[in-house]
Amino acid sequence: MSESATREIKKEILKSKLGMAGIVILATLIVMSVVAIVTIPVDTFKEWNNPSNWISYPKVASPAWINLFLSEKIPEHKILDKPAEYRDKTGDITVVSNQFGVDFEYDDFPNDFIYEFEAQYVGAPLLQISVIRPDEIKLHLMSMQLPNFESATIHGERIFSTDKMIRKNIQLQSTSFNFPLEKLSTEDIVFSQTDSNEPLKGRYVFVVNIYGNDLNVDVLKSKMIIGGKSFGALGTDEFRRDLAIGLLWGTPLALFIGITVSISSVILGLLYGVYAGYKGKSSDEIMMRFNDVIYALPALPFLIILSVTISNSIFLMIGFLMIFGWVGIAKVARSMSLQIKTRGYVEASEIMGQKSSKIILRHILPQLLPYAFASIAISVPAAITTEAGLSFLGLGDPSFPTWGQILHDASVYGATARGIWWWIIPPGMMIAITGLAFVFIGNAFDTIVNPKLKR
Amino acid sequence: MILVLMITLLLTIVLVGSNMDSILKQGVVFQVRSEIANNPSIAKSFSNVNEFESFIQEKIDARVKQLGLDEPWYTPQRIGITMYKIMILDFGNATFLSSDSGSSDVKEIILEKLPRTILLFTTSTIIISILGIFLGAMSGSKINSTIDRMTSSFAIVSSSFPVWWIGMLMIFVFAFTYHIFPARATPSILPSEPGYFFALMHHMALPLITIVMIGFGSWAYLVRNFMVGIMQEDFVTSQKIMGINKKNIIYKHALKNAAPPIITILALSLSGSLGGAIITEAVFDWPGMGRLYFEAITMMDLPVIVGSTYVLTVFFLISIFVADVLYGYFDPRMRVE
Repeated sequence: MSESATREIKKEILKSKLGMAGIVILATLIVMSVVAIVTIPVDTFKEWNNPSNWISYPKVASPAWINLFLSEKIPEHKILDKPAEYRDKTGDITVVSNQFGVDFEYDDFPNDFIYEFEAQYVGAPLLQISVIRPDEIKLHLMSMQLPNFESATIHGERIFSTDKMIRKNIQLQSTSFNFPLEKLSTEDIVFSQTDSNEPLKGRYVFVVNIYGNDLNVDVLKSKMIIGGKSFGALGTDEFRRDLAIGLLWGTPLALFIGITVSISSVILGLLYGVYAGYKGKSSDEIMMRFNDVIYALPALPFLIILSVTISNSIFLMIGFLMIFGWVGIAKVARSMSLQIKTRGYVEASEIMGQKSSKIILRHILPQLLPYAFASIAISVPAAITTEAGLSFLGLGDPSFPTWGQILHDASVYGATARGIWWWIIPPGMMIAITGLAFVFIGNAFDTIVNPKLKR
Repeated sequence: MILVLMITLLLTIVLVGSNMDSILKQGVVFQVRSEIANNPSIAKSFSNVNEFESFIQEKIDARVKQLGLDEPWYTPQRIGITMYKIMILDFGNATFLSSDSGSSDVKEIILEKLPRTILLFTTSTIIISILGIFLGAMSGSKINSTIDRMTSSFAIVSSSFPVWWIGMLMIFVFAFTYHIFPARATPSILPSEPGYFFALMHHMALPLITIVMIGFGSWAYLVRNFMVGIMQEDFVTSQKIMGINKKNIIYKHALKNAAPPIITILALSLSGSLGGAIITEAVFDWPGMGRLYFEAITMMDLPVIVGSTYVLTVFFLISIFVADVLYGYFDPRMRVE
């Protein structure tokens, strides 16, 4: 019985275009979750709320691809962490040279540039930064003595373009430029044409040399950041977080929440309803009155109170959502089992003395399977949107970057007023698309449950 | 009905009870200390600090006992008193929040906010249901026509968008990109001024449009599904054969038969929208019950939380009850049971 029912369901879903679309979307989402879990290290996701993890990212940068639609290209944020490294030895002095080439093809100046390094050395080597511009002018930016160490030590530092020494060095080379430099910031000069203060396009090479008087200079980490106004596939938010990572991680979380809540509440509701309907009489009465009580509780206010007073952990939240999820299903399951109960074969097996648990599991539940699948599919979006809504109110689990959480941050930091559309639209779209996938699938099931709708 | 109300109340009190207790006790301590601080002669009459402190402690204990706070909040007696007070709508004073007129009486705050929520959500539900019934009846009678396909697909798509997200987008587009509607739904002028009504309407437009946009699709879809079922019934077919005008059949006969479930859904969605109001009002900053609830939660203003949960539950129950009664009225078959 159940096997043929499953086959029927499969056939029906494959037949409906919407159902197929739903399954395709769902499959894409699952692939996305797998990609997220495999490619993005769990650490990044745990560090979602840790600002120091995102320090080398730009603040409120738009997605990089919007340059395709703009006539004035806005500078893209670039993190250059694979320099060309050269070593040279003249006499006693070793030079470790790191060169960062960057193609700058934008119509605006970058926000800033930051050099970040970690080096192991003995003594006090000299660090020099200079830049070779597309017009062959070499600007000397900085020379500084690194702190002196007697034994091999790792020293790390960040050098910002706002550094006073860089400013001073550039002012000293003002002869290359035909306009006053006093009030301009460093990056506006370094990336400027010589005749007027407009961005100069072409290839820039930043050269970082470390001069040590021994062989003992090792550059362990070397990173050049050209701060831009656009970044990555989905941009960044107020906390410099890469929204693409947040969205990608939100997928498995949303699917997990939605599917766990819906499956468990449907199973709970089915068993409860079928049992009540099958038993009948006073136990049915009592169980249904209890059902009524929960049905009459206003769900959202209670969810809010629960998450405030007990805990906002995501796992407890799933439990709370379940409490309110099973009620409606139990009602329908009861009335359906009341009908099935009166059928001949159920009565026959009753007379044969089968246990009631066996009758319920073998004869009544399989009949309700299509309905169960339909309600699982239909209640997934509800669970996801409710969780997103709670997170949006700021009552979600802050340690998980769910889509609602991202939207909450967006609304707190006034993304609507500031026009940061890439902070608002993608998370909501993801919620909607996920919901849509399940609605499509549920719809396909619906035609099986209510054959009247088919015509 | 009453039982459900009581259980809801009990649950709310249980959930917030212990917090409420400690806040009340802190209030007493603060009260006693400020009374003594206002009266320097009491402090002068003590020679050392310990004696003075123990005097204060005694006073606090006496006050606590007088208010019945010495017993833990979960004793039946105290829960009974709290529930009785709530029943007679005595919610006490809010800890932090106050009404626009400056009162901190929870009852007054709620009475001030409630009409606004009812205004916004009743208006939108009415618009939604009219649009939905009309569209649903149209598409239900012409299955697979263009209008049917459009309604169905719009319903499916719109039902999976969260209202508050659409709200954010609407604010983004209509308030900040094109300055058509204000971003905050709270009117900037006082209720006593003459232009208040129009200001309120102007501020209400954006949330209203959003709610209607998201809501009517699924309504239409539901009505359509009922209609599809009814249009296949024998009496419709016989009317068709008798040559009765199709419009007449749809709106007079078929829709009347679809009425019971539609009315049930109407009543439920009215009360359901009150619960959903919390997020929607928070997004649009509409000064109603939902926002009050949200503010109360963020500030942990417990009397307000308890009061508004109670009021929300009462509304919810009333609408369930009304739905039941109406169902019986429109569908006589239900009355036999």
